[in-house]
Amino acid sequence: MANDNITNKQSLPAVTAADFEPVNINERESEVIKRESLTAWRDTWERLRRNKVAMTGLVALVVIIIASILGPYVAYWVHGYDYQTNDLMATNQKPSALHWFGTDDLGRDMFVRTWSGARISLIVGVAAALIDLLIGVIYGGIMGYFGGRVDTIMNKFSEVLYAIPYLLVTILLLVVFEPSLGTIILALTITGWINMSWIVRGEIMKLKSREYVLASRSMGAGTGRLLFRHLLPNASGPIIVTLTLSVPNAIFAESFLSFLGLGVQAPISSLGSMVENALTGWMYYPWRMLFPAVLISVIMLAFNLLGDGLRDALDPSLKNK
Amino acid sequence: MARYVTSKLLYTLLSLFILITATFFLMKAIPGDPFMSEKEVPAPIRARLEAQYGLDKPLMTQYVNYLGNIVQGDLGISMKKLNQEVGNIIGQTFGVSLRLGLIAVVVSTIVGVALGLLAALYHRKFIDSLVMVVAVIGIAVPSFVLASLLQYTFGLKLGLFPITGTKSLLGYVLPVMALSAGPIAYIARLTRSSMLEVLNADYIKTAKAKGLKWPAILWKHVIRNGILPVVTYVGPMTANVVTGSVVVERIFGIGGIGKVFVDSITNRDYTLIMGITLFYGIILMAARFITDIVYVLVDPRIKLTSGKEG
Repeated sequence: MANDNITNKQSLPAVTAADFEPVNINERESEVIKRESLTAWRDTWERLRRNKVAMTGLVALVVIIIASILGPYVAYWVHGYDYQTNDLMATNQKPSALHWFGTDDLGRDMFVRTWSGARISLIVGVAAALIDLLIGVIYGGIMGYFGGRVDTIMNKFSEVLYAIPYLLVTILLLVVFEPSLGTIILALTITGWINMSWIVRGEIMKLKSREYVLASRSMGAGTGRLLFRHLLPNASGPIIVTLTLSVPNAIFAESFLSFLGLGVQAPISSLGSMVENALTGWMYYPWRMLFPAVLISVIMLAFNLLGDGLRDALDPSLKNK
Repeated sequence: MARYVTSKLLYTLLSLFILITATFFLMKAIPGDPFMSEKEVPAPIRARLEAQYGLDKPLMTQYVNYLGNIVQGDLGISMKKLNQEVGNIIGQTFGVSLRLGLIAVVVSTIVGVALGLLAALYHRKFIDSLVMVVAVIGIAVPSFVLASLLQYTFGLKLGLFPITGTKSLLGYVLPVMALSAGPIAYIARLTRSSMLEVLNADYIKTAKAKGLKWPAILWKHVIRNGILPVVTYVGPMTANVVTGSVVVERIFGIGGIGKVFVDSITNRDYTLIMGITLFYGIILMAARFITDIVYVLVDPRIKLTSGKEG
């Protein structure tokens, strides 16, 4: 009835079957994937690459890493001094062609010391984060995979340990044991791994009830295969983000400890101890503080930016959180 | 609720016990003893001294005594400051640090929430980006770096504020700025993301639809609901302010407990180090404990289980 109405009012031409053309649906063709298929990692990388802030962080990090590796050698090659060569005739020099960042109170070159200090910071940060990763994945993996009583006991234990303030434990250990690169990293990792283990635990618990795990298990896969082939690779996103964000924490802790005089000992330089050292004469020699202070801030900033960007890239639903 | 509080309290006490045990045995691991000095102490005197301080007893007896002393609030005697009790030193200097810390906490909460709220209200506008930039920098710059740079620019170059000391009210400005930068950054980020969530909630649309005035919506609905995550930050903020105050006091020459701590580390005054470590430990653990409790009180939706996520 309604149809009649319309045709009457607008008097449309009659439509016959001849007006229609059959669309050739080639079923095979419609199933072909036109867009290049991207792996999860390519996809993540594409998202990360479009994030200008995170890329700035990444580029800054790469530059800093290269500079901290090569910087001291370049200065040695050009001028012939290393981080502990001192020239008592040229103390507290302003930045010049000979000393690019000036010299400190003992006449040591600040350019070399700043970059080798950055090297120490990076080594401590990355090494502590990697050890945290190793312990955290094992401990968290066991908690998450086995669950039940094992999980309860291990989780309570980590909670009790976590409640102990971590910088205090670190300070205590370094007061008692001779501070060196090894003891600092060790002290930082004593409670540092707990956060990572919780992340891993949560992910594994979430993933282990997925169908693909069940499928793999029903085909006879053992614990090792399930963990390393299915669970951990799928949990790698949050693990990588936690890893990236725990590096600046360790770097901060290292510089804080060096500032207190509990870091690597002189004559080896550390950004924290350089800032502390510069405090005595900062009224007259501000550049002695400026270079290490700015560099440590830039390193922490870069890791934070990259970590935030990675989080957004790995899980776009978390954006703006 | 009572069960939750008791179990949290038990875990906190257990952690504290581990820390105390660690301090005791680490102290014992240090080579040498309190009576070592430049002058050789004659054996009889040394024996009497050891008897006086109970150092001649077996390790386990010493440990039990140590625990008993701590329960009574006795932290021992400073090794480097003659005849000064650790407890007294802490008592004399803590007030200064507490005042500084409380001001920093209040300032960071107010400024942080205000910044986060502004950023959320002007989401994806210029103010939002500006606040986020400030927040990222605040998180990245270590407190000792910030303190030194503030002291140089505002204290020395511009001469706006005193370089050291807190004799006048103006003296507090720079230390408080240095202390609260990190917390402000964190609180601003937390507030922003939580407010954004609240602003998109249905009940805000309802409030708008029924013709409620914007200030009323903001106060009654947005801020009330969006402030929750800030509460969880009480614990970490205390940790930030405490560790921050250690270096900030050193840089600005403020005679608080932080400065004593740095000095005790430099002098290797072991009993003082251990005492202040324990003191800090108690504060930090108490803060975390309170956070857990307050969070449950504020948000009834949180399940009263072990509550690590809370």
